[in-house]
Amino acid sequence: MGRIVLENVVKRFDETEVIPPLDLTIEEGEFAVFVGPSGCGKSTLLRLIAGLEDATAGRVLIDGEDVTEVSPSKRGLAMVFQSYALYPHMTVRKNIAFPMRMAGMSEAEQNERITAAAKSLNLTDYLDRKPGQLSGGQRQRVAIGRAIVREPEAFLFDEPLSNLDAALRVGMRLEISEMHKRLQTTMIYVTHDQVEAMTMADKIVVLQAGVIEQVGSPLELYKTPRNVFVAGFIGSPKMNLLSGVEAAEYDADTIGIRPEHIDISMKSKKGSWEGTVGVAEHLGSDTFIHIHGIPGCDPMTVRAGGDIEVKHGDKIYLSPQAEHIHKFSEDGLRIP
Amino acid sequence: MAIVAQTSKLGTVGRPILAWIVALLFFFPIFWLIFTSFKTDADAVKPEFLFFFTPTLDNYLNMTENYDYWRFATNSVITSVLATAVALFVGIPAAYAMAFNPTRRTKDVLMWMLSTKMLPAAAVLYPMTFLAKGIGLFDTHFVIIIVLALINLPIVVWMLFTYFKEIPKDIIEAGQMDGVNTWGEIKEILIPLAWGGIASTALLCFIFCWNEAYWTVRLTTTDAATLSKLIEGNRAPEGLFFGRLSAVSAAAVGPIVVLGWFCQKQLVQGLTFGAVK
Repeated sequence: MGRIVLENVVKRFDETEVIPPLDLTIEEGEFAVFVGPSGCGKSTLLRLIAGLEDATAGRVLIDGEDVTEVSPSKRGLAMVFQSYALYPHMTVRKNIAFPMRMAGMSEAEQNERITAAAKSLNLTDYLDRKPGQLSGGQRQRVAIGRAIVREPEAFLFDEPLSNLDAALRVGMRLEISEMHKRLQTTMIYVTHDQVEAMTMADKIVVLQAGVIEQVGSPLELYKTPRNVFVAGFIGSPKMNLLSGVEAAEYDADTIGIRPEHIDISMKSKKGSWEGTVGVAEHLGSDTFIHIHGIPGCDPMTVRAGGDIEVKHGDKIYLSPQAEHIHKFSEDGLRIP
Repeated sequence: MAIVAQTSKLGTVGRPILAWIVALLFFFPIFWLIFTSFKTDADAVKPEFLFFFTPTLDNYLNMTENYDYWRFATNSVITSVLATAVALFVGIPAAYAMAFNPTRRTKDVLMWMLSTKMLPAAAVLYPMTFLAKGIGLFDTHFVIIIVLALINLPIVVWMLFTYFKEIPKDIIEAGQMDGVNTWGEIKEILIPLAWGGIASTALLCFIFCWNEAYWTVRLTTTDAATLSKLIEGNRAPEGLFFGRLSAVSAAAVGPIVVLGWFCQKQLVQGLTFGAVK
């Protein structure tokens, strides 16, 4: 139940190839996240799986069955949209009941599932309201409720938290993760937010211009990015990338060092880089220091302890932790 | 500042006056029609009774026996209602397809549909008449319903298309994901969401059908003749009976004026929809 395979899938809009031939397997029960900058084709890929877009070539298989030509309604998948896409003319109860009613489920069974879903999503008091009378978070819960009650083969999420404010987003993120642990159903989640990807995924698929740059667990991607793009995209704050003389010292075209893998000191050490503090962002638990004057990387970001006291204009010396340096060749690929 | 204040003052007084003048100008023919319908045929043509006369209800009271008003009225209702139904039945799926599954040619198709409205009706008068007679449909409700539905179809499709465009595509796609087929999308999602738009389109289509005269006059004689035919048929042979003619005309336009009055809000929304978001 819920193993999704894409075989040589291609999508073209007129002459523009949005997704060049692509292969991907999402295992049963997996939480897969498609992440990438806007316009990278991640939503298109999700819509191809959903059936809302037709593949120009290739095959989409769900549990071994070729569904490439099957309409979205018959693929047994549920989708949660960024815009929630609730039916504004129906109450919350009717919205949630809709897919079950379409499937011809008995009224008793419908009510049972609605009650259960409403309870788990804290919607019990809102069942008789219309979507227009709900807040953004509540609306998104209704959309999730509508997806849950069908007990689909897989859930598809298309940037479901993008329209919510930051605080709500963190809460909903947890709720979706917990839901996945509870239901053990395959979930595919599209986001441009790499924090969401890192925190939720079993498997992250990093996309750029329709091409899969890397597939792996969050830690694999963090520890061994396959190329410069993944290195720069995964991790927050971003990895510092240096080229030129500093990189040549390590026999590489580009080297990368994460902000948390740089030691700072106020005194010069052997092999340390000298820079000047630009901005220090104090978050309480951490301080992100943006440092100018390092050749090949300006500004360089360093993650330091919460109580470090530096101010604008201070001279500072940086030593990268050698074991955490990522080396990349001229074509951007990782040097082992 | 002073200038601005003065202009707006002039505007607050001037604009309603202007609006009243225009409105009265438009309403005058209707008013005169109703006014004349209370004169006798003899009085109606005499200049001395232009404004002052003894009003009479005879024209209305005798209408049923003089003209068989109810038969014509029934035909008008039947043809207008059914033609509107046919136009919607064809127009809703057409507009739905173009609004939610557009292709590179959708705009061209819409333009082509609209361009058919530019064809002078007279150009197809003979083919249509011969065709209707040839297949034995001349002077039947059927042919009038089909013709009225067809001539209004471009407007119906255009209006519905504009309304449907306002519905987010996500909602339709959510429906697809929730397991509805195409008919289900139209019935369960599209029609309830676009209900206001469909109602004003239907209303406008009904009004156009009711008022249509070119084809209803030419493709009918008695059996399917509508109120337009009644008015048209009563002008000539016995000379002009202005009183009676006015009464019958007033009775013909009356229902639609009343309907329009009650549905003003819907109509205005229908005509200006999409002009500003």
